[in-house]
Amino acid sequence: MALDPLVRRTAPRFGSESARMLPQTRIAGPMPWVMAIMIALTVMAAGAGLALNNVATNARDEISGGITVQVVEGAPASRERQARAAVSLLRARDDVASVRRVPDEELADLLEPWLGEAANDADAVPTPALIDVRLSGPVTAPRLRELRAQLLAQVPAARLDAQAGWLAPVFEALRSLQYLAIGLVLLLAATSVAAVWLAARSALGTNRDTIEVIHHLGGTDGQIARIFQRSIGIDAALGGLAGLMLGIGAIFVLGQQFAALGSGLVAGGTLDWRDWLAIAAVPVAGIVLAVLTARFTVIAALRRML
Amino acid sequence: MSGSEDSIVQFDNVGLRYGTDREVLSDISFTLYPGSFYFLTGASGAGKTSMLKLLYLAQRPTRGAIRMFGHDLITQPRHALPEFRRRIGTVFQDFRLIPHLSAFDNVALPLRVSGISESDIQKPVSDMLDWVGLDHRRDARPATLSGGEQQRVAIARAVIARPEILVADEPTGNVDPDMAVKLLRLFEALNRLGTTVVVATHDVQLLRKVPDSLIMRLDKGALSDPTGALRYPPRRGM
Repeated sequence: MALDPLVRRTAPRFGSESARMLPQTRIAGPMPWVMAIMIALTVMAAGAGLALNNVATNARDEISGGITVQVVEGAPASRERQARAAVSLLRARDDVASVRRVPDEELADLLEPWLGEAANDADAVPTPALIDVRLSGPVTAPRLRELRAQLLAQVPAARLDAQAGWLAPVFEALRSLQYLAIGLVLLLAATSVAAVWLAARSALGTNRDTIEVIHHLGGTDGQIARIFQRSIGIDAALGGLAGLMLGIGAIFVLGQQFAALGSGLVAGGTLDWRDWLAIAAVPVAGIVLAVLTARFTVIAALRRML
Repeated sequence: MSGSEDSIVQFDNVGLRYGTDREVLSDISFTLYPGSFYFLTGASGAGKTSMLKLLYLAQRPTRGAIRMFGHDLITQPRHALPEFRRRIGTVFQDFRLIPHLSAFDNVALPLRVSGISESDIQKPVSDMLDWVGLDHRRDARPATLSGGEQQRVAIARAVIARPEILVADEPTGNVDPDMAVKLLRLFEALNRLGTTVVVATHDVQLLRKVPDSLIMRLDKGALSDPTGALRYPPRRGM
């Protein structure tokens, strides 16, 4: 037999054959399923966090510069006169972007769930006149003070409220939920790392003989780590894809149910293309995390060998 | 360290102990030259396998110095060792075939580790399997091979990349006499091509089958030198 000098002494690397160095137990093994569950939960948490962010951003944009003026006057004629005066005064100001007197019918509709038919009877339950005002630029305390003083001079029954003020607790709650979603994503990422670490260690133990043989044949730590990276990367990709589908399905179903509420606030939580791109990046990040975890775990274990 | 510049392996006062036990190898000093054929003999427990572990770099000595291929191995960083290992072919006593790979893939492993392309692997591996009489079992997994067949696959794997040193631990222990002679002829063929061969065996009959071989004898961890091979450079190109 001719024994040609075959072996190059430098830059060794495994080709695609490296995938066969370890027995392939994916699908039957737990890794793809663990990854699928982790990715699905992460996608749902990320989707919820992004939707909450959109709700908060849209609501904040909507009420930024918003002021509600109430004319609290029991006598209908006086209330009407003062409301007209308030509208005229506000429209005359340069820093007011828009003024809208809320029609009495719309007001009655808003109050009907609480007052019933009495909401349509101005004599039975006197309701204040409402004026929705939008200032150009944000509502600051000095602007509000100055406007209140001017308004009260001509409309003594006027009450001013910055809309952002009474929605502040809602924003606080939304912010807390966003932090919760971020925390969940981080926890799930940490759990995924732990799962991959355990899987890599288990695979190392199961394949110790194979690793030792490759090591004795001159395989480098990088070569051996790449075998595991490839194997775990494929498992993570399969799991990630399944998890992404599952997570998107859950987001879609939840989205439908929230949309059915018909709430303006909830409608602001619709995910746009950037959000979907971020959600699609979750399994990619999961695969990268799994591959890096496998690499560091395997290399750390190999360093204990000569 | 003393020794000739053209030696391929040099041990100088090497000692090896596992944990806190007594030394399994003590004050081992010898020089191996390129193109030589050595038998390492000794009774069971004499330290043959430990000596081979030092030779195929599975173990560092607890004392002494080792030079290999002109380099001081004791001071080599860990990441430099794979390159040395790729220049050494090893036949393990327990074969250590990878159970889920076919005979072909087991033999091809050293070439794949060395980065040889798949197209350059097919023919030499087939030729090698043919030479050891196992081409018809190329797709068989180790579990379906007999002990002798597994040993032949292990030997084929050790020599496929044409190593500069071949280290074999009882390579003919599980094969019939005809196959043992055939395998020794393969080792001799490699030796003629320049590979230094070290075969550990307790079979004295085997020593007579390679007349020009040199003998190292281990006894309770100490090395003796019945042919003078370890003190003087042997003939080249045997």
